[in-house]
Amino acid sequence: MPTLRDRTGVIPDGWTRAESAAEAVDGAKILLPWSEELTLPEAHPAEMLGLHVENSVSVEALRPVLTRVGLISIAFPSFSDGRGFSIAKQLRGIGFRGRLRATGPVIADQFAYLLECGFDEVETPERLDARQPQPQWDAALALVSLSYQPGYPGRRSILDARRAAQGAAPQGGAA
Amino acid sequence: MYRYDEFDAQIVRERVAEFRAQVARRIDGSLTEEEFKPLRLMNGLYLQLHAYMLRVAIPYGTLSGRQMRQLAMIAERWDRGYGHFTTRQNIQFNWPVLRDVPDMLDALAEVEMHAIQTSGNCIRNTTSDPFAGAATDEIEDPRITCELIRQWSTLHPEFTFLGRKFKIAVTAASQDRAAIRVHDIGIEIVRNAAGETGYRVLVGGGQGRTPMIAKELRGFLPREDLLPYLEAALRVYNLMGRRDNKYKARIKILVHEMGIERYREMVEAEFASGDRGAAPGTEELARIAAYFAPPALTPRPVDGVHAARAAHPDFATWVDQNGHPHRQDDHLSVTVSLKPVGGAPGDATSEQMRVLAEAAERFSQDEMRVTHEQNIVLPHVAKADLFALWSLLRTQGLDAANRGLVTDIIACPGLDYCALATARSIPVAQAISTRFSDLKRQREIGPLAIKISGCINACGHHHVGHIGILGLDKAGVESYQITLGGEPANDASLGERTGPGFAYDEVPEVIETLVTTYLSLRQTGETFLQTYRRVGMPPFKEALYADAA
Repeated sequence: MPTLRDRTGVIPDGWTRAESAAEAVDGAKILLPWSEELTLPEAHPAEMLGLHVENSVSVEALRPVLTRVGLISIAFPSFSDGRGFSIAKQLRGIGFRGRLRATGPVIADQFAYLLECGFDEVETPERLDARQPQPQWDAALALVSLSYQPGYPGRRSILDARRAAQGAAPQGGAA
Repeated sequence: MYRYDEFDAQIVRERVAEFRAQVARRIDGSLTEEEFKPLRLMNGLYLQLHAYMLRVAIPYGTLSGRQMRQLAMIAERWDRGYGHFTTRQNIQFNWPVLRDVPDMLDALAEVEMHAIQTSGNCIRNTTSDPFAGAATDEIEDPRITCELIRQWSTLHPEFTFLGRKFKIAVTAASQDRAAIRVHDIGIEIVRNAAGETGYRVLVGGGQGRTPMIAKELRGFLPREDLLPYLEAALRVYNLMGRRDNKYKARIKILVHEMGIERYREMVEAEFASGDRGAAPGTEELARIAAYFAPPALTPRPVDGVHAARAAHPDFATWVDQNGHPHRQDDHLSVTVSLKPVGGAPGDATSEQMRVLAEAAERFSQDEMRVTHEQNIVLPHVAKADLFALWSLLRTQGLDAANRGLVTDIIACPGLDYCALATARSIPVAQAISTRFSDLKRQREIGPLAIKISGCINACGHHHVGHIGILGLDKAGVESYQITLGGEPANDASLGERTGPGFAYDEVPEVIETLVTTYLSLRQTGETFLQTYRRVGMPPFKEALYADAA
């Protein structure tokens, strides 16, 4: 079974992947593969409906359905294919407020970056667990504590840190 | 020059600790080799032909005496007593042992240096004009912008697993000395009609297997928009760039395949919809700019130089050939050539590095620049100090007066070091350099840039050499293809092939033939490149292949 985790640790997966809405059991949260042809089941409230998208998806195409779904899972076919980082960033940029999941063999070393690009959770295949158990994912978040990119909340912004230090004890400019 | 504050230093320290942990996790099996590879590459560690290679970042090529001394120490302690300065203004150590690498990184961190993002599919070291802050033709010091980009691109959460490497170069001068037209993104600092300073942005240039000259993406970008705009440009590339074939994954292929108009449309749309989250405040810009305030140079009498010139003709030649005008006219920027006759281009021993450090400390405001031609520039030398400087450099054979001449050759490491190479580069450079060792003749020939790559990846910039040499493997035998007419600057052009390749031993004679042909054709004052552009390929081709026909 794949492992699902967020910044708090391993979490239970309340979502059921299905090929179509017809497979949904009453009261279950359902995760459907998205395609241009997909018709979203009318009866499902947003918090019960999720979409899984490939990393070749155009975020524009998803725009009309963003308020209809509570979760979007973005495929990472391999850890080195970084398109998903930008898709997450774009989805947050156009106002998606539901949960974002990275699905695929991403590694602990990418965890902080994934969260900073807007992901809430990561679903990794079972085969990774033996090599990269939870403590490595916890440790990964603590390794680098500062970030140069203010638009990517997560680590402390180095610009904020500088501002705070300036306020506390003014420093000279040129060395 | 820029100095780390406590926070820059903290990031580098934490990054070294992270890499130390990654090495340990590779050893205990947490990371597979496939997973570890991009992580070690992003920390500058390559696996070469015979050993690991550690590539150290020298941001926009600028370094201090203290940093150079530390590089000398690292070369002695963990390598073989020398380092190799690269075309991307970095330095490479060719013989480190894996277990020593975290200690080497710690030693670099002590002097505000690191190896972050010197390799891997991420944004690489931003390169710039080696005469930045000293040149007579610049709008402002381009390194302020470079440092802004350095910080923004360091450990960028979104752009660390790109389809391929990404290189940015910045110039602020009317003469492009940073080769911005052969970079993924080239940035030219310009003034608009209203007198505001901003950026002209070029995209999609590059060398490698498919050389291309960059196209204009934006004619004028307001200063405060730079980072959000770069973010938009990178995002479109990250999403749309090809991932099916690593040889077609650079942004130049994307721009070429979708067309600059369509790419521009997408970038502008992305930029317009963005939240400007990446824009730095004016206080941060001012903080960085303060580090690049022009040094206060005391006016110095220049009379002594004339006497020294008269007494030492070699010195006079060196000043004429390796000096570059400085905005304060009692000063010069001086190129220290790392191309002695028969030497390996760009190599410096630890002893030489210490002499360079001393030279910078005593004569150049404690500053040096690594150039993409693999030399070292001392940017702020008082003319009154030139003779003392020359005398110091001579003690370590650093006085070659050949900047820009036929022996000032760019060469990749080639088959002597590199796992990708298909032929030797360094020995070819050495043989040409030996053949043309007569300095008087070199100066008679005039400006001539020979650039040598040992495989089609073109690390030796052969596409933009006035004479380019590409070493290939033809059925187990080295064969060298010659191109003519390449140029990386404002009037950038890609070299054209002369015809069939030549054997390893034939290359010096081939260069001799090309040079002789040029000398017989040139009009008064014409350089090799100008003559080639006027007369074209036929006479050179004729001279090279007539006997064989």
